[in-house]
Amino acid sequence: MTNPPYIHQPVSIRRVMLTVLVALIPGIVAYVYQVGAGILVNLSIATVVALVAEAGVLWLRAKPVWVALTDGSAVVAAWLVALTLPSIVPWWLTVTAILVAIVGVKHLYGGLGQNPFNPAMAAYCTMIVAYPALMSQWPAAGHTDFLPQLHLILGGSRDIDGVTGATALDALRTGLRNSQTVNNVLNNDIFGVVGGRGWEWIALAYLVGGLFLLARRTITWHQPVGFIAGLGLIATVSWLIQPERFASPLFHLASGGAMLASFFIVTDPVSGATTPWGKFIFAFCVGLLAWLIRVFGVYPEGVAFAVLLMNLFVPLIDMKTQPAVFGYRDRKRP
Amino acid sequence: MMANPLRARGGIKPAHHKTESSGQAIRRVPLPARLVVPLRQDSQGTARAIVAVGDKALKGQLIGVPEEARGTAVHAPTSGTVVGIGPYPVPHPSGLDALCVVIEPDGEERQIEHLRLDTARASRDELIAHLQHSGIVGLGGAVFPSHIKLGKGGVDTLVINGAECEPWITCDDRLMREQSGAVLSGARLLARLAGAQRVLIGIEDNKPQAIAAMREATREVVEREAESAVSVSVVSVPARYPAGDARQLIRALTGVEIPYGRRSDAFGIQCFNVGTAHAVHRALDHGEPLTSRIVTVTGNVERPGNYEVLLGTPANELLALCGVRPGTGHVLMGGPMMGFALPRPEVPVVKATNCLIATSQALFPPAEAEQPCIRCGNCARVCPTGLQPFELYWFSRARNLDRVADYHLFDCMECGCCAYVCPAHIPLVDYFRYAKDAIRGRDEERRAADRARARFEFRGFRIEREKAEKAARLAAKAAETRAAQAAAPDGQPDAQALIAAALSRAQAQNGAAAESPPLSPPPES
Ligand code: SF4
Ligand code: SF4
Repeated sequence: MTNPPYIHQPVSIRRVMLTVLVALIPGIVAYVYQVGAGILVNLSIATVVALVAEAGVLWLRAKPVWVALTDGSAVVAAWLVALTLPSIVPWWLTVTAILVAIVGVKHLYGGLGQNPFNPAMAAYCTMIVAYPALMSQWPAAGHTDFLPQLHLILGGSRDIDGVTGATALDALRTGLRNSQTVNNVLNNDIFGVVGGRGWEWIALAYLVGGLFLLARRTITWHQPVGFIAGLGLIATVSWLIQPERFASPLFHLASGGAMLASFFIVTDPVSGATTPWGKFIFAFCVGLLAWLIRVFGVYPEGVAFAVLLMNLFVPLIDMKTQPAVFGYRDRKRP
Repeated sequence: MMANPLRARGGIKPAHHKTESSGQAIRRVPLPARLVVPLRQDSQGTARAIVAVGDKALKGQLIGVPEEARGTAVHAPTSGTVVGIGPYPVPHPSGLDALCVVIEPDGEERQIEHLRLDTARASRDELIAHLQHSGIVGLGGAVFPSHIKLGKGGVDTLVINGAECEPWITCDDRLMREQSGAVLSGARLLARLAGAQRVLIGIEDNKPQAIAAMREATREVVEREAESAVSVSVVSVPARYPAGDARQLIRALTGVEIPYGRRSDAFGIQCFNVGTAHAVHRALDHGEPLTSRIVTVTGNVERPGNYEVLLGTPANELLALCGVRPGTGHVLMGGPMMGFALPRPEVPVVKATNCLIATSQALFPPAEAEQPCIRCGNCARVCPTGLQPFELYWFSRARNLDRVADYHLFDCMECGCCAYVCPAHIPLVDYFRYAKDAIRGRDEERRAADRARARFEFRGFRIEREKAEKAARLAAKAAETRAAQAAAPDGQPDAQALIAAALSRAQAQNGAAAESPPLSPPPES
């Protein structure tokens, strides 16, 4: 009690992180329902490893362990990593990904608040480069038997027939490579109403969680709207021009990690832009790049690379979008 | 005529805690055993005491005169004996003592004869000078002398600040409810002195009685004087902290944004607090100098409320009258957002004391431990100035003083909204004050270095000049000797030649001084 202000809103980092975790629950429930309970095993592994890694690094860096360990940031990173990996990857892959996120990306840059890159996306990219095969085996929707999934997670022989299936983005890609039209490809029964069958419902559940975050003012509209606008705009334009070659914007938004990204990834405050317009531009560019990588790149899902790329431009975006200061609206910014 | 309050950006809505103290009428407090009246009562300077220990003083008698034109006078708050003049603890965050006059009241409250001014006839200069001699300063807390604000004139809009946006404080609310007529006539006097054609009285919409009272008073005046030169409107502004900041209120009422580094009169607007308007009325219409003010006493006390308190009354005596509850920690002066903890409980009430808040653990839980900034941007969302507080924070931490100044650090009014919402519990305002001090210190150092360099360069210049002069003298002397030698074939200089040489030397010297290369001292910067 020395300096003003002497009153504070009852807010804390822990509360912010808890809100994010709560907002992820609809997505996780949908995931379990559509794809099986394997994801819960991965989430648990990720959580435990993240907490142990966080505590270990804090201890090594001689920082107070308890406050930082209980701020919830490690758990949020862990859940996001687990949700972006295929839910049947072997346990050691999840462990490695978490170590990359927590030790490599978060703490080597100075700990909470300092990392210029999104930890979950950096982990995802590292894994897909290092283990491209494992990272493209996604469980098929509808095959929700838990034991085969557990077997795979525990490192059992990767006898994956009947457990995995091509993702919507993968199937579309392969189909187009074989000179099929979009409509032909989408007739396959792995597709649902707008995106991958089953997966589109998970995307919807993420959207619900995202709206909750918006309602709680944990995030602002700038990034979700920016991302959806970026991805949606380029997808719409290309689709209108060549509907047989390019999938519809709805397909793009409902597939892959688009919904998770728009509410939980591009909204990461630490590694993203911070000014109102900066947040929008950042997310818009991520959406745009994600589409380009999806359509023209070598990897099926482009969001992660797009985020890392845009992370590099954050300082520039922030600098160029500083809001006008009271009384200086008509003048040039510094 | 009625200005529409404009939507403001940023700001916060903390629990207002107004009802604790706003329900009861303003009460007077009994005379304390002694009054400690600081001689520094305005933001400009310390007055010079013109009484000595042992002197008797009457209520309202001048005891301190301003040392310079910007200062204001100080008066005895009651009749009694001067029992001490010297340094005493005063309510200032620094905790340093300051020069005070201590008066032991005799309990008789004998008043000095008030100087009656005919306000209708007196000239503007006379009235403004009278404000200075009555010790009128801004009673919203800034204690800026009113006569300086009015001095320039050239104002078309006078804003009267009755917003009172800080939590807990209700002294202006009560004053407007109970003394609306006095406040209004003070406001109209101020408008006349400032040369303003319109008066906008801004009040937060959480004070409906105050708004009603002021509107009623305004209506009466309009009925009485149909042809008034000044239009007065009472405008209700949305309750939001810091709506009562002068620039925020001016924007809400007029739409004009005055940068924090500029003065409002340059934009034709001047802003006074309602308490100041009331004091102006008392000083000009009744000849009463400023010797008391309304203080809200609230927080962890039995009888929160508003009190008319003589300046110099010890804060702890005032609090004791209100029944301090057990568990009281620090006492805050001003609101919880921008006030400060009293360094000692016995410091006197001064012109800046709008509110005393007894704190307790329950009402004011201590701030939680600082955590790293997660760049959530909450602080930027609430900053009424539109700054990016976390950027300022990162640059301050990195001691990157140039960047922090580029990011408009000096437009930060230290309102504390950012620190209020920060989930990492970062004391942002502390960082900003620190950075401001560091920058001011650095600039001061630079100026000192520049001065030293200038001095050094001037010394070099002087040495150079002396050398040049010396060389010219030597050359002249040598020439003269040569000339003398040439004139005397026997080797002995003759007197004639010596005189000629001396003349030419004198000429040469004059010439050298006149024609020497234009060594000019480096400009003093
Ligand atoms: S509110 Fe606190 S944690 Fe959030 S950006 Fe501002 S300083 Fe950082
Ligand atoms: S204290 Fe300064 S930076 Fe913080 S909200 Fe107020 S004006 Fe903005």
